[in-house]
Amino acid sequence: MKKMGDMLLRRDAFSEIVMGNTAIVRAMVEAGTRVVSSYPGSPTPEIALAIQSIPKNDRPFYFEFSTNEKVAAELAYGAAVNGHLSTVFFKSVGLNVAADVFVQLSLMNIIGGMVVVLGDDPGANSSQNEQDNRHYAHMSYTPVLEPADPTDVYHFYLEAARLSQTHRMPVILRLTTHVCHAKERVAFGAWNPIQQDDTPQFDPANGPYIPLTTQAIEQKRTAMARLERVRQRAEETALNRVVDNGNAARGVITMGLPFLSLMDALDGAAAQPDILKLAYVHPLARDTIIRFLSSHQEVKILEELDDVVENQIKAMAFDRKLPVTIVGKTQPEDWIGEYTPDKVHQVLSDTWPDMVQPSPTLKADDPAPHRPPQMCPGCGHRSAFHAIKQALSPTDITVADIGCHTLGFLPPYEMGQLLMCMGASTAMASGLRLFNTSRKVVAFMGDSTFFHAALPGIINAIFNRHPITLILMENGTTAMTGHQDHAASGKNFNEVTDKIPVRQVLEGLGVKHIAEVDTYQQAKLAELVTEATSIDEFSVVIARHPCMLKFTREQRKNAAYRPKHVTIDQGVCERIHTCIETFGCPTFTRDSQGNITINTDLCIGDGSCIQTCPTKAIIPAGKKGKGGEP
Amino acid sequence: MKAFNIYLSGVGGQGIGLISEIILRAADHAGFPVKSVDTHGLAQRGGIVVSQIRIGDKVYSPIIPAGQTDLVVSLERHEAFRAAGTVLKDNSCLIYYDTIWQPLSVRLNQTAEVAESDIQDLCRGRGIQVISVFHPDLPDIRMQNMAVLSEIHGHRLIPGIDLKHYRTAMADLMSGAMLAENRGLFDKRLSA
Repeated sequence: MKKMGDMLLRRDAFSEIVMGNTAIVRAMVEAGTRVVSSYPGSPTPEIALAIQSIPKNDRPFYFEFSTNEKVAAELAYGAAVNGHLSTVFFKSVGLNVAADVFVQLSLMNIIGGMVVVLGDDPGANSSQNEQDNRHYAHMSYTPVLEPADPTDVYHFYLEAARLSQTHRMPVILRLTTHVCHAKERVAFGAWNPIQQDDTPQFDPANGPYIPLTTQAIEQKRTAMARLERVRQRAEETALNRVVDNGNAARGVITMGLPFLSLMDALDGAAAQPDILKLAYVHPLARDTIIRFLSSHQEVKILEELDDVVENQIKAMAFDRKLPVTIVGKTQPEDWIGEYTPDKVHQVLSDTWPDMVQPSPTLKADDPAPHRPPQMCPGCGHRSAFHAIKQALSPTDITVADIGCHTLGFLPPYEMGQLLMCMGASTAMASGLRLFNTSRKVVAFMGDSTFFHAALPGIINAIFNRHPITLILMENGTTAMTGHQDHAASGKNFNEVTDKIPVRQVLEGLGVKHIAEVDTYQQAKLAELVTEATSIDEFSVVIARHPCMLKFTREQRKNAAYRPKHVTIDQGVCERIHTCIETFGCPTFTRDSQGNITINTDLCIGDGSCIQTCPTKAIIPAGKKGKGGEP
Repeated sequence: MKAFNIYLSGVGGQGIGLISEIILRAADHAGFPVKSVDTHGLAQRGGIVVSQIRIGDKVYSPIIPAGQTDLVVSLERHEAFRAAGTVLKDNSCLIYYDTIWQPLSVRLNQTAEVAESDIQDLCRGRGIQVISVFHPDLPDIRMQNMAVLSEIHGHRLIPGIDLKHYRTAMADLMSGAMLAENRGLFDKRLSA
């Protein structure tokens, strides 16, 4: 078996099949990166899996999962002004959390260099929006490199690291979901470990590091001057490249994954346009682009999400009074969704129908029933929602937060009717409670989110006396993103650490009404929620159960593990269907006569369903029913 | 060479990632240019997992253009029906593991479960070969993917990939008892 950790530390040049998220870790190793930090979020968590494949003592850099993205960025900045090349990575909306520190970075003289790796998500595969983070780059005078595939990811990280070290400024490496997760054979260079100088290099004389009053203005001048120097590099680099098809009439300017989609969409086209593929999407290589514009009659800007590059290129052509026709986005759909080969084919055939025929293959309708994501078999959240729903009136308002428990909004629970971002539920619930005496307001929150961004909202509810109920769905891990440890886990990425129990935090904040229960005790949980929501003060119910996906995976590693599952006593079952329609574990399966059976591929035998059956027809794992089943 | 595009689908937890990477690596061992991409979204929570593999000199994006899927590999009946209906081109091939993980609306009695005949009817009219795989005595559900892989090889569904390429790819990704068990299941088909 090939070991990823060994591969990532090879000294010789080699090639291997890797995904984008792995390629970047080899680039970190080769670049001499010293500090890396993150908060987990799709599409980037596999970067941490690759890092984890290198034994801690062999890892040439420090890595941590920080409490949130802002903290991760602050940590990486601190390390960088001490002379260490640092990197922070997180998902698209993570930059919103980190924004307060991020927008200041370019004002600073970052002596060690700092690469900010973003996992943007065109198509909103696993995010609440598809925000285009290049806007942040413009706002903060920060360069952006945008790779198209794992090979690009490797080379562009090395470029970003060098650029950042040379100009002592932050550089964004903007990945997108299908760049992170694409796999191909990548040729890596040799790694010659450098002797790291760990002497703390921080010196205020390298600053100013205090961006106040007149200094802030001067620092902005410096940031803009640095950006101009980066523009020079963008003019010279071979990473911006032209695919010359000898077409003086038509050209396309594009970048990232849409470049690959373009190449596919041009397969079988009547003519091949010239293509300028940009690696530097900010700042733009102005002279290179003007040369390209000047040598074509018509240029299409093929750009995923927003028209960030398009508007700048149009301005260049306007300023130079170039005779070229520039075709950008023309309809709202051009701003929306991932630029897959099909989407690009459509855009091209709309632009140049004589060159690219409309695709004859329209996407067929999906003939199968939809399959929304579900809480896993045995999930403690299912027991919680099943119980909490019974404790609330249908007119009460339930506010969701980010995490696995968000899935409670789906039928049959429909718990959690609003969702915004990490940690937002408590304060949104507080607002929903103002002037509202008729409808109770309940907020949900996961435990990783509790530490990430929930504390200000909770403190506000105490401080300003908002009489809502917060239900803390504590499962002991950051489950949705792949079971990363958090501050209450008792472990960090690298070692055993002191737990920060959520209850003690709440007590320390002065929350007077705290109840806690394992969610499998459904009746007790319902009772506690009824009690908590009748108190006219801020109250918290800790609804606890370990993540059963994590638990089951750990059990399966044990050689003695034997699968177990509940069964249905068909002689007792009265086809009331509470198990399948109200409790809703995906394990329950219905035949055309309405008989219920257990999907043994799925059931883990946890038995949380047993209490939900009015006729006691669910037989615990390993037991026999009245009818002699199983 | 002409491009050969494979679309794999299933439900989170079925092992789509592993079978996909074995095929990806087998194609690489066979000397073909190849790339792939997994799309899992929230799949860890019982949603749909898709993986796409593209083999050939002139493939660029790892995402397969519409109407160009040569082979669908699915690990669940509803997902097989969905993939055959949405991405598979005419006169191609569908291979699937015939287990059923009912989607929510089927469990809520809002839509009917997909029947084997639904798949047959859909594919017959379009000249699609259907291979259904099911092992009633599989020791571990996580080996359903390997049962399908052995049939993919048994039927030579991917041109140019031979036994040694699959075996080497498996050894790239697994070791010890896991490799032995999975290879045992893979080889059983060959000796049958």
